Amino acid sequence: MTLQPHLIRRLWLAIKAPLDGPLMLFLGLIFALSLVVLYSANNQGLDKIDNKLIYTLLSLTIMWLLARSRPQSIMNFAPPIYGIGVVLLLAVHFKGVTVNGSTRWLELGITRIQPSEIMKIALPMMLAWFFQKYELSMRWWHYLVAAVMIAIPCALVLKQPDLGTTMLIAASGFFVLFFVGLPWKVILGGMVAAGASMPVVWNMLHDYQRRRVMTMIDPMEDPLGAGYHIIQSMIAIGSGGPWGKGWLNGTQTHLDYIPERTTDFIFAVYSEEFGLVGNVVLVFLYTLVLSRAMMITAGAQTLYGRAMAGAITLSFFVYAFVNMGMVAGILPVVGVPLPFVSYGGTATVTLFVGMGMLMSIGNARR
Amino acid sequence: MRPTRFKNPQAEDGQFQLRLIVAYCFMLLMFCILIARFVWLQVYQHEHFSTLAQNNRISLLPILPNRGLIMDRNGVILAQNYSAYTLELVPSKMPDMNATIAELAKLVNITPRDEKLFRKLLGESKDFESIPLKVKLSEEEAARVAANAWRYPGVEVKARLFRDYPYKELTSHVLGYIGRINQKDQEQLDDEDKSTNYKGTNYIGKTGLEAVYEDDLHGQVGFEEVETDSGGRAIRSLRRTPPVNGNNLKLALDIRLQEVADKLFGNRRGALVAIDPQTGGVLAFLSKPGFDPNLFIDGIDSQSWAALNSDWQKPMINRALRGTYPPGSTFKPFMSMAALETHSIGMHDVRPAPAFFTLPGSSHQFRDSNKNGNGSANLAKAIQVSSDTFFYKLAWDMGIDKIAPTVGQFGLGRPTGIDLDGEASGVLPTKEWKAKRFARYKEEYRRWYPADVVSIGIGQGFNAYTPLQMANAVAILANDGVAYKPHLVQEVVDAKSGKSRLVEAKPDRTLPFKLENFEYVKTAMQSVLKPGGTAWRLGIGLPYTMAGKTGTAQVVAIKQGAKYNASALAEQYRDHSWFVAFAPVDKPRIAVAVIVENAGFGAAAAAPIARGLFDYYMTGKVPSSISGDMKTVPMDTADDSAATSD
Repeated sequence: MTLQPHLIRRLWLAIKAPLDGPLMLFLGLIFALSLVVLYSANNQGLDKIDNKLIYTLLSLTIMWLLARSRPQSIMNFAPPIYGIGVVLLLAVHFKGVTVNGSTRWLELGITRIQPSEIMKIALPMMLAWFFQKYELSMRWWHYLVAAVMIAIPCALVLKQPDLGTTMLIAASGFFVLFFVGLPWKVILGGMVAAGASMPVVWNMLHDYQRRRVMTMIDPMEDPLGAGYHIIQSMIAIGSGGPWGKGWLNGTQTHLDYIPERTTDFIFAVYSEEFGLVGNVVLVFLYTLVLSRAMMITAGAQTLYGRAMAGAITLSFFVYAFVNMGMVAGILPVVGVPLPFVSYGGTATVTLFVGMGMLMSIGNARR
Repeated sequence: MRPTRFKNPQAEDGQFQLRLIVAYCFMLLMFCILIARFVWLQVYQHEHFSTLAQNNRISLLPILPNRGLIMDRNGVILAQNYSAYTLELVPSKMPDMNATIAELAKLVNITPRDEKLFRKLLGESKDFESIPLKVKLSEEEAARVAANAWRYPGVEVKARLFRDYPYKELTSHVLGYIGRINQKDQEQLDDEDKSTNYKGTNYIGKTGLEAVYEDDLHGQVGFEEVETDSGGRAIRSLRRTPPVNGNNLKLALDIRLQEVADKLFGNRRGALVAIDPQTGGVLAFLSKPGFDPNLFIDGIDSQSWAALNSDWQKPMINRALRGTYPPGSTFKPFMSMAALETHSIGMHDVRPAPAFFTLPGSSHQFRDSNKNGNGSANLAKAIQVSSDTFFYKLAWDMGIDKIAPTVGQFGLGRPTGIDLDGEASGVLPTKEWKAKRFARYKEEYRRWYPADVVSIGIGQGFNAYTPLQMANAVAILANDGVAYKPHLVQEVVDAKSGKSRLVEAKPDRTLPFKLENFEYVKTAMQSVLKPGGTAWRLGIGLPYTMAGKTGTAQVVAIKQGAKYNASALAEQYRDHSWFVAFAPVDKPRIAVAVIVENAGFGAAAAAPIARGLFDYYMTGKVPSSISGDMKTVPMDTADDSAATSD
């Protein structure tokens, strides 16, 4: 019996060992904050909190398993995971479930999965694996191959259609290219080309996608239609003021003016009740997470490690920025959850998988 | 194949670190932009968004006040409100209005008239307004529509208060009616800053007392501040300002007296105004024919409107208020007052009253209505027998400048100031009036001729007064010159406190005339109903004292030498029959002016109406000729019937 404290301590150390302390601290703070907001956003219901605790625990377990694995072993799974991802996306294309005009889901009997979510991790993994493998014999055409690897899932997701996720996947792929050394002139040239191709892309967009873009530019143009959500969330943020209306006191939230208030628009709830001060705190916490992730990336030893860690870090930033920017009315409405805060299991798993890989890369230094 | 470049770990490290720093700076920059956006929204635009959030949250729902009731002097309700279901449509919410109306027609009986009226209102309203398709649904119809309303967006069944005028034609020219607020009304409300008080109200007084006392009757709209969710559902009430119901009006008018007058008129056209000389309260106010004001409340359909407008009897014209007629011989008492006051004649001066009167140096004959004349008479006798030649001569001697000022004191030729809009002023002829009236004509038409005054002396010529003015003048005469402004509303009863505000309780003015002159003229008028008087038949069996004066107003001039032959003239060209009277002579309680259009001699048509009216007013007995037709009930049983007639 006297051994018990000792055993607990050993167990604790074993659990703690692969985890990154600062990262865990910052994530823990964001998570605590997210529970507080979720309680309010869900009209003080505990059901979603329970669910969130369960899927977070599950995600943490996956993260821990990944964190204690060597990056090398994880890397070896890249081609099969990418392959499975593409197959699933094809399956969605042919047999997917259509909700609200887009086909994103795959019915798997017990549950539905969203294969595009897998791609957010699978694509950078695949690319990082690819560049690691040909690190010593890199030619310009390797970038072409990489471009094709990016294009395949992007095309399939765009076809669903899901413009937001397509851009996130493409971005995660681009981040890998950026960190493996895609020449600056290609990057700048690509930006110019992208700008020039805007009219072409515009013509290819679906009506609802165009409307979203137009709505972002001028939400007042269609205040009761497409602009409604943005206007209401801007009202929530603006009326929150410097200090916020106080926890559980957001009128926009509790009178049902904020759409999707536990998921994509949860930031509006937070911002209404905690004000500018709350916003600055949250952005600061995200900056801490990003800074720590950057440090890990900077210390990565392999090309795979650098590319993967960098891509995970930048993707995390993109999620946070795009979500807050969308709710604040400076970016179009795309279905991006606020990392670690929005309610939703799939996105959380993806995020923690990313964090697990990051920690694994960080551990590899030692 | 030759590698393009050698691997250089050091260079690559540097390259990688640089890119990390670029990425990190980029992220920080982006977050700064985000923070800047938050500052803009939450600090600079905070006020603006707070207002928006507040507007989102709070909506003000108007609570309509109940419109005040209008009742007669005994408390009989003349204008009331009742609650009924209406089927209303909001065009802006309806995908296919015509199809929906066709569907609704299967549930309730929608007549072509209903639909026509709806189309008319649709044209006048804004799209988001709720427009009634059918009013007064039965319970069963309301339930049927309500059960199916979910199938038709924009279709609503609402319980609303409706105005009802139970006495219809009998009160149309007194009460007027309310109607839907139209563009013009709305603009006026905006101008007067009253539009807030009309939030949620669709109706406003259009004519009659409903219009004049609009501010009293309407009341004060109440508001409920409710918190609403995004679906517009009221979550809870934050604050409630109850409405203040409109004030009730209690009229001086006696509806049963009004009905007696109406029944005595029968189908004849004309007007009757009865006034209490002691207060100026209007006891009866009738313009025949009337119309059903209930038709106007929700907008009149075009058929009924056309029928009312094309009716040659012009039921929409308020004859008592706006009809101007020459007063004929009913003018003579006022003429006499002028003669006595200006000392143009002594009370006992006897003068000739021949068959005709000619001006010096003219062959034109001003004939007497009695073809043999009346020999000679003093002023009192001239009134009793209504000698025209006597008054021709008197007028000729006096000249218009001595007549008009005195007669004008009785309120003739100017609005009486009654509490109704649109009163006509009539014409009290003077030299100035004629010059102005014919200003655009040649000199010879504008000039005042000495002969002009002759026919004025018997109430013809340019004289033109409303029945209301005549009744008012008689009331002032009866009351020895103590004048009250005639008023229909006696009390305004505050809906909240029950306190009432009396209207016109004090005399308006007192005429500066000698009491003996009043007495003289009144006694002469009393003799009109005595043997030898023009209305002697009416005086038979009078249980009270009564004074009066008959009159016959010429509609067309009769040629020199020709004889007035009523049967040869088309009805519209026959003379109007006048009678003015008051009773009792000592302390008058009622004064009346009656005109029956195209009915010939005053004694024949108008006078019996006045007698019947007075009999009822003085004794409470309904004349036997009409007692079978009466719909109103005597006061002592009125309460019972009000309870059962609902």
